Amino acid sequence: MRPAFAVLAGAVLVVAGCGTGGGSGGSGDEITLVITANAISGGKNSESAEWTEKWVIPRFEAAQKAKGRNVRVRFQPSGVADEQYKTKIALDLKSHAGADVIDLDGIWVGEFAQAGYVKPLAEVAGPEVDAWEGWSRIPPAVQGLGVFDGKRYALPQGTDGRVLFYNKKLFAAAGLPSDWRPKSWQEILDAGAALKKAGVPVPIQIDAGTAMGEATTMQGVLPLLAGAGAEIYADGKWTGATQALKDVLGFYRQIYTTGLGDPKLQQEAQGRDKSFARFAEGKVGILAEGDYFWRSVIEPKTGVAPMAARDADVGYALIPAERPGVGIRGQDAVSMSGGAVRVVNPFSKNPKPAWELLSFMHSAEATTAQLAGAVRITSRTDVNDKVLSVDPMLKFVSDEVLPITAYRPPLAVYPQVSVALQEATAEVVSGRSVEEAAAAYQRKLESIVGASNVSR
Amino acid sequence: MSRLKGAPSPPSAARPVGTAGFVLPALVLIGVFLVFPALWTIYLGLTDYRLTGLEAADPRVVGLDNYTAALGDERFRGSLWLTVQFVLGSAVIGQAVLGFAIAWVLRDRRGPVKRVTEGLVLLAWILPSSVVAFLWIALLDRDEGTLNALLHTPGAAWLLDHPMPSIIVFNVWRGTAFSMMLYGAALSNVPPSLLETARLAGASTLQQLRDVVLPHIKGHVLTNLLLISLWTFNDFSTFQITAGGPDGRSEILPVYIYNVALSGGRLGFGAAISFLVLLVNLVFAVAYLRLLRSRRTDATPKAAP
Repeated sequence: MRPAFAVLAGAVLVVAGCGTGGGSGGSGDEITLVITANAISGGKNSESAEWTEKWVIPRFEAAQKAKGRNVRVRFQPSGVADEQYKTKIALDLKSHAGADVIDLDGIWVGEFAQAGYVKPLAEVAGPEVDAWEGWSRIPPAVQGLGVFDGKRYALPQGTDGRVLFYNKKLFAAAGLPSDWRPKSWQEILDAGAALKKAGVPVPIQIDAGTAMGEATTMQGVLPLLAGAGAEIYADGKWTGATQALKDVLGFYRQIYTTGLGDPKLQQEAQGRDKSFARFAEGKVGILAEGDYFWRSVIEPKTGVAPMAARDADVGYALIPAERPGVGIRGQDAVSMSGGAVRVVNPFSKNPKPAWELLSFMHSAEATTAQLAGAVRITSRTDVNDKVLSVDPMLKFVSDEVLPITAYRPPLAVYPQVSVALQEATAEVVSGRSVEEAAAAYQRKLESIVGASNVSR
Repeated sequence: MSRLKGAPSPPSAARPVGTAGFVLPALVLIGVFLVFPALWTIYLGLTDYRLTGLEAADPRVVGLDNYTAALGDERFRGSLWLTVQFVLGSAVIGQAVLGFAIAWVLRDRRGPVKRVTEGLVLLAWILPSSVVAFLWIALLDRDEGTLNALLHTPGAAWLLDHPMPSIIVFNVWRGTAFSMMLYGAALSNVPPSLLETARLAGASTLQQLRDVVLPHIKGHVLTNLLLISLWTFNDFSTFQITAGGPDGRSEILPVYIYNVALSGGRLGFGAAISFLVLLVNLVFAVAYLRLLRSRRTDATPKAAP
């Protein structure tokens, strides 16, 4: 009965089938480690999947063999919406199963930690963790992506920043400058109007609605809110239906009820992917996204919606505040940052080898190798110093966006607030008034965090 | 062993043990896979259990909060209403009527027309739902959909502008086969001589259906309605087409539960709604079974003479 069950569990959960027999010792001391990420060769985050399969796994196995250990590593790919991936990982960890090394969005660390799904790295893998050479190479702000309650739960992979991407060809056709630098929301709307006049099908794409999920909050609401001078969570209170929030909803309303954006695209189940494809086809004028869009979506070779002439045709600009000087901290321009992290599964049968694998994946050598396909802003300053000059866009993010950026609150309740924000934009996009949507948001927010924790 | 030795002993002594022995495995299975999960659902529905966060590690009992929250939630009430539309539209009206119509038209036919029609209807039923969902998305897509190409309506967003009619038509297409087969079998039980007599007496098709066919297949009609209503009420395959969207306008209850409990992480709340769905299912089942039973007791004395 027991071996049969173990085999079944191994087959179903794709956990290490051989590993379950460990502890018995003997000749075949092989252990199997599994890495999982929302990445799949030829699809989502393809370059990350290929780096894992072709670089990490063979090198790590070879390095272990040299130490006289028989370690096999497998990659469990995935290529779905981030929310679905999160659900899957949460269910894996809930049933004390899943891969040994797991890729997470940094913003999930808090709620996963509170649920007991992830544990501090030192608790899982021992004192080796704090002795790791890499910590000194990662700036504290970036380490913060994997920190909860003052403890290190995860290794950050890097960070990113949000900008406005625009199609220079369409801009030229609409008589707009190729080095566009909007100074206010009004200038975005003006550019949108000019693009619309020139016959661009989707002048502006700023993610809205619930189908886009966290992308709506991260690429749309939060940068705009920062531009209106408010953070979603500040001084222990969540931002309710304040004037800043109403301004954000008003901006959405202007875009989506005057033909400057495509409201249907915000409702479609695959709307975000479609918006990427449309941009690559030259049908979208302005699109708000993170640098992920540049290096993984329209990347000429491995992107999901590649643009052969990306470097020549696509421009990028800082997201302006509502008006100069009214952004958070009195800024003229704003951004939001986040980043992915990796954790060791606290229920791993081989936590120490798993940590070795994880730290290997974050070594300077591995991080540099990952950049062979596409440059990105890594977590390691020693690597960034060498590589960022190769890609002007990422240098732009590193030099100009990161100094003015802001982060999401690392609180477990944040994802629920995020959904309330998405619903508010959905209502405005589908034609309801700003006042109605703001009032509904205020009600939902109060029921989520309690009325006394809401500022208005 | 002992029973074999005492073979001639009165059956009344051996039967309880024997019956229990045969029924026990089934009862254990039902207990483990049906009763226990149902009880567990009731328990979870009384807690604030979540997929992540503090409540995942340490759920608290919150009494009937989830139920009062659900009944006061416009999204839940909206979802319930959509489910009623979905069951009435796609099962009770769509599948049952269309299934009967096909069975009636094909009842005397032989040869390729019947076989091809039945084959096509059956195909819609037996294809895996992920394949079917992909076909329907390809059909109804806004940008490159087949339907827009056929109707010359580029850019018509069927799934966004008419999400409920879309999934109702989809489910009619998907599930008509069962009704067709059931009515087909039922119609072959109607004695041809009765229909012949009715025709000779000058009864119209409608009159034949009402006075001759319907009394004979009433039991089948009820069984069919019971089964397809229950299936449709619990159907999840539309999730793969609209995922309940846009903005919840096709979010029937099973999809609502998934969205709330798994995507939204509110497992306790989802369990409470699941229990309400279970209750609705029970009400359905009891109502139909009662109808069936009264039908049977009606039928017996009439059939005697």
